[in-house]
Amino acid sequence: MKISVIITLKKDVLDPQGKVIHQTLDGMGFQDINEVRQGKYFEIDTKETDNDKAKAKVEEMCKKLLANLVIENYKIIDPK
Amino acid sequence: MKSSVITFPGSNCDRDMDVALKKYGFKNKMVWHADAELPKSDLVVLPGGFSYGDYLRCGSMASKSKIMQSVINFANSGGMVMGICNGFQILVETGLVPGVLLRNKYLEFICKNVFVKINDKKNKYFKNVDNEVLEFHIAHNEGNYFCTNDQLKEIEDNNQIAINYCDENGKIEDQFNPNGSLKNIAGIFNKEKNVLGMMPHPERMIDTSLSGEDGSLFFKNLINNLK
Repeated sequence: MKISVIITLKKDVLDPQGKVIHQTLDGMGFQDINEVRQGKYFEIDTKETDNDKAKAKVEEMCKKLLANLVIENYKIIDPK
Repeated sequence: MKSSVITFPGSNCDRDMDVALKKYGFKNKMVWHADAELPKSDLVVLPGGFSYGDYLRCGSMASKSKIMQSVINFANSGGMVMGICNGFQILVETGLVPGVLLRNKYLEFICKNVFVKINDKKNKYFKNVDNEVLEFHIAHNEGNYFCTNDQLKEIEDNNQIAINYCDENGKIEDQFNPNGSLKNIAGIFNKEKNVLGMMPHPERMIDTSLSGEDGSLFFKNLINNLK
């Protein structure tokens, strides 16, 4: 089963890369952007076949390694 | 006095640290990250570098290395653990010291000498250092110290800030902050002050033919405090 995780910076955390991407997009003519925030995306292919169990495991992975909860939020996307 | 320097894949200041520790009298051992046990040590150092290529987040992979469980146990039982640069990033990822190190504010890798002011001397790292201000070297891309408001309050209440970026006279101002760190924080202790994480490299300042000798003051003092 494949489970996806999206990690984003919390809203109070400075994202200088997002800011530069915003400025560059702005310079390219995409001038109606309010803000750009950069994040990370993971695809985890697990042997677990039970949906809830797999999600619980991935949540544990997020808390222990994939995200740093001081600055990041994680969102687990329901497997198809 | 016995010390151990942990080498992770991608560490590159481990041998400099070995030279510095030995120069001031430590009997140092190099310890591989995949070892399970720490040799008997009075001081454990997590050196600078780019452990695991800075994958995921700087220090995150190294913080889960086999040896780190022993280092965490050692720290939790009062052992002296010092993380320099990438070592500091590893320490925050283990949770031994609070906060995180973000990408430098202006997105540039910074490599230069800086001045830091010692904020607290009631600890074994800085006790009896005569100077208030030391000149150290920094070389990092992710040294922008950040923590939550609650953590900051706790850090300040417990006087856990070790050193702040400043000018040569010890003035702590925004213009002397190289990387955007909260409150100009360059180094921080755990609550008990046996664990120190700092971005500057004292091991790069131990010889006049290098860039200075304030690191010598630090190491000479450190070994005396541990005796």
